[in-house]
Amino acid sequence: MEISGSRMVVEALKREGIDTVFGYPGGAIMNVYDELYKQDDIKHVLTRHEQAAIHAAEGFAKVTGEVGVAIVTSGPGFTNAVTGLADAYMDSVPIVVISGQVPMALIGTDAFQEIDAVGISRACTKHNYLVTDAKDLPRVIKEAFYIARSGRPGPVHVDIPKDVSAQITEFVYPDKAEIPTYNPAFKGDLEKIKNAVEAIKSSKRPLLYVGGGVVQSNSGNLVREFAEKTGIPAVETLMARGVMGSTNPLLISMVGMHGSYAANIAMSEADLLISFGPRFDDRVTGKLSEFAKEAKIIHVDIDPSSVDKLVASHYPIIGDLHSVLTDMLPLITEIEPEQFEDWRDAIEKNDKLHPLGYDKGEAIKPQEVIEKIGEVFGDRANISTDVGQHQMWAAQFYPFSRPRQFNTSGGLGTMGFGFPGAMGVKAGDRDRVAVNVTGDGSILMNIQELMTAVEYELPVVNVILNNNYLGMVRQWQTLFYDDRISETDLTVQPDFVKLVESFGGVGYRVETMEELEKALLDAEKRNVVALIDVKVDRRENVMPMVPAGGSLYNMMLR
Amino acid sequence: MREDRHIISVIVQNESSVLARISGLFAGRGYNIESLTVAPVPNDSGLSRLTIETYGSCKTVTQIEKQLNKLIPVLKVVEKDDFVEKEMALVKVPIEESLSDVDALARAYNGKIVNVGDGSIICMVADEPTRVAYFIKAIQKYNPIEIIRSGVVALER
Repeated sequence: MEISGSRMVVEALKREGIDTVFGYPGGAIMNVYDELYKQDDIKHVLTRHEQAAIHAAEGFAKVTGEVGVAIVTSGPGFTNAVTGLADAYMDSVPIVVISGQVPMALIGTDAFQEIDAVGISRACTKHNYLVTDAKDLPRVIKEAFYIARSGRPGPVHVDIPKDVSAQITEFVYPDKAEIPTYNPAFKGDLEKIKNAVEAIKSSKRPLLYVGGGVVQSNSGNLVREFAEKTGIPAVETLMARGVMGSTNPLLISMVGMHGSYAANIAMSEADLLISFGPRFDDRVTGKLSEFAKEAKIIHVDIDPSSVDKLVASHYPIIGDLHSVLTDMLPLITEIEPEQFEDWRDAIEKNDKLHPLGYDKGEAIKPQEVIEKIGEVFGDRANISTDVGQHQMWAAQFYPFSRPRQFNTSGGLGTMGFGFPGAMGVKAGDRDRVAVNVTGDGSILMNIQELMTAVEYELPVVNVILNNNYLGMVRQWQTLFYDDRISETDLTVQPDFVKLVESFGGVGYRVETMEELEKALLDAEKRNVVALIDVKVDRRENVMPMVPAGGSLYNMMLR
Repeated sequence: MREDRHIISVIVQNESSVLARISGLFAGRGYNIESLTVAPVPNDSGLSRLTIETYGSCKTVTQIEKQLNKLIPVLKVVEKDDFVEKEMALVKVPIEESLSDVDALARAYNGKIVNVGDGSIICMVADEPTRVAYFIKAIQKYNPIEIIRSGVVALER
C-alpha cells in the first residue's frame, strides 16, 4: 500500500491502539491534520496551548498506564511543548510527541517557524528522531512507542519535515520494534534477590521505601502483599502516593522535605531500606551524608543509572519491579510480622508524638480543604495538582486509596501542569471525578484550557487554595529570607467566578467549609469545568519541613 | 574525591546526531571531555567507535558509563585501564631550524618529517599520550609555529 507520510502517522497511531490525541495545528504539521480530518477512529483534542497538549498527554498516560500522544507544529509549536517534554522526562512518563518541521530543503536556512527541534529535545527526551525519508516513518513510530513504554518509560519526540509527511511511499507497519542497541533490563538476578531476602530476614528495623517505579510497573498489589506478608512498615515518595493506601496500617506517610515526622525518623533509624523504584531524589534524602546512616540498602530499579547514583546500595537489583517482586515473594519465608513489632511500635509512638496536622483557626485552613475533598470524593476522584504548597498539602492529607490516583509534577515541578494534566486524566478515566488541586499562582499558568475543557466536555473540578501568594516561595521567604516578600504577593487577582463563567464553566467563591462541600457536589453534578475559589489562611506554612540540604531527621515541626 | 584519568571506548550506531547525544550528555551532566576521537569501525556496517579521555572519580566514571549505556544508539561501553593507547601529533617548525635535529627528535618518538615547505617543516609523531606530551615539551626549543594533537585512540588488550 502506497500512502503519504502523514497518512502513515495516522495509520501507525491506530495500530498502536491510540484513540485520543492532544494537539495544536500549524503550517508544518498541516499534512497530518488533513489526515486526522479524514478519519473518525482517533479523536483529537484541541488544547489552547501546546504545553497543555503535552501535559494532557501525560495525565492520560499516568492514569491509564498507556502511551499518551501529542501533535504540534514546528518552531513555536514545538518550543511551547518543551516544558511538557521535560516534565515527562523527569517523571518517566511514556508519551510520544510528533512535531512538524520545515521541508528538508529549508532545514538550516532559518526558514519561517524553523527551529532545531531535535537539538532542543535531545536533552529532555528518552530518545528523539528527525525523519528524513517517509520510508523510515513506520519503523520510527513503532520504535518511538516501544521506547516510550519499555524499560524506564519516558517521552519520545518524532520530528517530521513537511515534505516527508507529503511523500508517498510503501507502508508496512512492523509487528515489533527491533533495536539491537536497546535492551532494557527485565528479570532481576535471582542470586541477588535471594541475598536481599536474607538481608531482610536478619534485619531488625527494615523499612519499605516505595517510589514511583511501583506505579510505573503496576506493582502496587505486589508491594502491598510484600508489606502484609512481612509486617514491614512503609514510607511513600510523592510519586508513589496511593500505592499502599491511606488506611493501610503499615503505611507511615510520605517521606522527605515535607514528609511526616515518623516517616523521616523511620528513614533515619532503619537498619535496612528496602527501596522499590525510588530514585533517592534530593527532596527525599536531604543531606546525603546523613541519609539513612544506619541502614543497609536494597535498591530495585529498572534503570541501572539510578542505582548508586546518589546513595551507594548494598543489594542492587536491576530489573523490572513487577518481575523482581514476583520472584521475591515466594522466597519470603521464616519472616513473621511479629518480629518487627517493637519497630512498628516505635514508629507509631513517633507518629502519635508529631502527627501530620494543623491548628484550626478562623480562616479556612488549606489542609482542611484537602480533607474535605477527600471526604466528599475519596476513591471516586483522581487527584491532579499543580506545584507549590497546595501540592504538598494534597500529598499529605488526601486519603489516597490506589496507585494512579495521584497525578502531579514531581521532578520538574511544573506550575501549570495540573489543569491540563487533569484534562488528560479525565479523558483517560471518564468514570471518576477529575479534581485539580491548585493554587492562585499555578492556575493562571494554563488558564486558557478552560476553553478546551468546555469544548471537549472534560469537566475538571479545579479547587484553588487561594492565599493571594505564590505560597511556597513566600514560605521560604518567611523562613529563610527574613520575611522579605519579594514578588510573591498576588493580591491583585481576577474574579475567578466571572472568569470561568465567561468560558462557559461554573465558578464558586467559598468562604466556609459548608460552602465548599456544596460547591464540590454541585460541580460534580453539573458535569462542566469548574473553578472553586477557596479563600484560605494566607500565612499557613507546609509543615513538617526539612530545610533544603538539611538532614532528614532535623525537621521544623510547626 | 580523587579525579583520575580514564579512557572510555564507546561503540555506537553511526547515525546523524549520535556525537551530539554523547557530547550533550557530557556537557549537560557536568562531565569533562579531555579528548575525543571518532571514526567508523572498519569492515563493519554502520558502527562507529568513540574514544573519550576524561577525568573524574571512580563514582563519576561509573555513572558516565551507565548514562552512555542509556543512550539508545550506544551498543557498547568499555571502561578499563587495560588499553593500548596511542596518540598522534603534528608539529610545524620554521625552516630555519635544523632539519636533522627535528628529524632525530621525531624519530625518537616514533615519527618523522612528513612535509618540507617554503617556510616551514612539518613532523609527526605517534606514541603513547604521555610520550607525545614529552615530545611536545622537547620540541619547544625549535620554536614550533603550530602543534596539533589528535586525541587518544585505544584498544583493549
